Amino acid sequence: MINKIVNLGDSALYCDFGQEVNKDINSKVIKYFNSVRKSNIEGITNVTPSYNKLIISFNLSITNFKKLKKEIEVLNIDYENKIINKEIQIPVCCESSFSLDIKRLEKKLSLNREQILEKFFNKKYFCYMTGFIAGMPFLGDLDENMRANRLETPRVKVPKGSIGLTEQFTNIYTFESPGGWNIIGNTPLNIFNNLNENEPNLISPGDTVIFKEITSSEYKNYHD
Amino acid sequence: MINSYFKFIRSGINTTYQDKGRENLYHIGIPYSGAMDNRNFLIANKLVNNNLNAPVLEFAYQGPHLKYQGDTIIIAITGDVIFKIIKNGVEYTGNCYESYQIENGDEIDIISTNKTIYGYLAIGGEIDIKFQWKSCSINTNAKIGSNNGKKLENNQTIKLLKLNSNKDKKKIDYTNSKVENIRVIKGTNFNYFSDEGIKTFFEKKFIVSKLSDRMGMRLQGNKINNVVNTNIKSEGLIKGVIQVPPDGNPIIMLSDHGTIGGYPKIGVVASVDYDRLVQITPGSEIKFTEIQLTDAETLFKLYEMDTDNLLSQI
Repeated sequence: MINKIVNLGDSALYCDFGQEVNKDINSKVIKYFNSVRKSNIEGITNVTPSYNKLIISFNLSITNFKKLKKEIEVLNIDYENKIINKEIQIPVCCESSFSLDIKRLEKKLSLNREQILEKFFNKKYFCYMTGFIAGMPFLGDLDENMRANRLETPRVKVPKGSIGLTEQFTNIYTFESPGGWNIIGNTPLNIFNNLNENEPNLISPGDTVIFKEITSSEYKNYHD
Repeated sequence: MINSYFKFIRSGINTTYQDKGRENLYHIGIPYSGAMDNRNFLIANKLVNNNLNAPVLEFAYQGPHLKYQGDTIIIAITGDVIFKIIKNGVEYTGNCYESYQIENGDEIDIISTNKTIYGYLAIGGEIDIKFQWKSCSINTNAKIGSNNGKKLENNQTIKLLKLNSNKDKKKIDYTNSKVENIRVIKGTNFNYFSDEGIKTFFEKKFIVSKLSDRMGMRLQGNKINNVVNTNIKSEGLIKGVIQVPPDGNPIIMLSDHGTIGGYPKIGVVASVDYDRLVQITPGSEIKFTEIQLTDAETLFKLYEMDTDNLLSQI
């Protein structure tokens, strides 16, 4: 259930599911997301799920906060509707030219490179949400000993394919973008395909991601 | 097939194709995009007898210089823009909010916007460009939209598939109103900021930074003090959200904004002020005033009626 619904400006509903970040809360958010998308309620222009919030944007020419809030409050939520989850393997090369922040991580986490990579590759990750930039997946959770803060000064350009770490999360930069996450490696796989309008994103909320380490020659010879 | 086209002698600083933008893609990380100043976009299309959501050229500061080849076509420029039309080597000063017939060999030289950022050139006809997710809008960050998601460059062409048969010249008497006061609805993290921070936000003036673009407007001059947490768990953003990063300098999300953000939201710009907000140039001062939701809704309705009224006069 939604804890509370408030307005975000004059043309969005801010649906709050709680403060914690976990799979249970996130699954509820995604179920609401799917139900709202299917509802065809007039005036909705965007529905954005995140860890524990759902933002429903609307066209103020067509509807308003009060009207839409009532409609969402009585909306039938399909809790049975299982999210179709995929398990996706992502090849990652961690050679020094790609692992831009390995030294920083070694220092912050008091672990050496081998230990960091072992802990990183030894886990399956859950996709909580996609966004910020097109197709970027927000994955979790990292091992307790692997949690570092963002860079003090974000990079102006993070290379396409970079794998970033921050707090309990890991992500993939789907194209070159500014960013402040600790970069551990790079994938040759294209995560966002702007030419595929039906399914541009390789990874969707609810999916499981397994990272697999590859060598630099495997990286060079990699074809999608 | 017709053979009518414009050629870019000079493309301008940030010239893109835009329409209304694309909906329902925030959840995969794709923002709305679309014309920054919606009212001027609509008027431009109406002046050349286009469908109101037809693609237009949006330019910032310096516009393009175009040369035309083909059958007579109608064009119009909106915003606060200085431009000339060159016919047979003779220069004529152009007026915004007035359509012009352009003939084979004519040139349009859009010199600059005047104390504003964005201007629009509408062309009476159908342009040969690609649509992605039902919109031509170019998002240069994600490389989405027409022209492979890139800005237009020198020597490129605008090919026309069809010219509007109605080439009647049209005109409207209109001046863009300026605003310094931007009306803001309290944000979902309003209580993250100290009383002094909130006082600064609503009482002090901010200066628009040079680092502003279609993604966001960065503000400087006064810092807003956060007393709870400088980060929140990342969540969805919308156009007009004012985030305050740890350095205390607010950033307003504009049409090409990132769809998710992790900085506290102090406020959201009321929709009624959005078209005017985006036109405020770097170096200018802006001030925020608080508005209640119901007032913001009423003012938006009035603004919309005013836009409809302007369009019906064309």
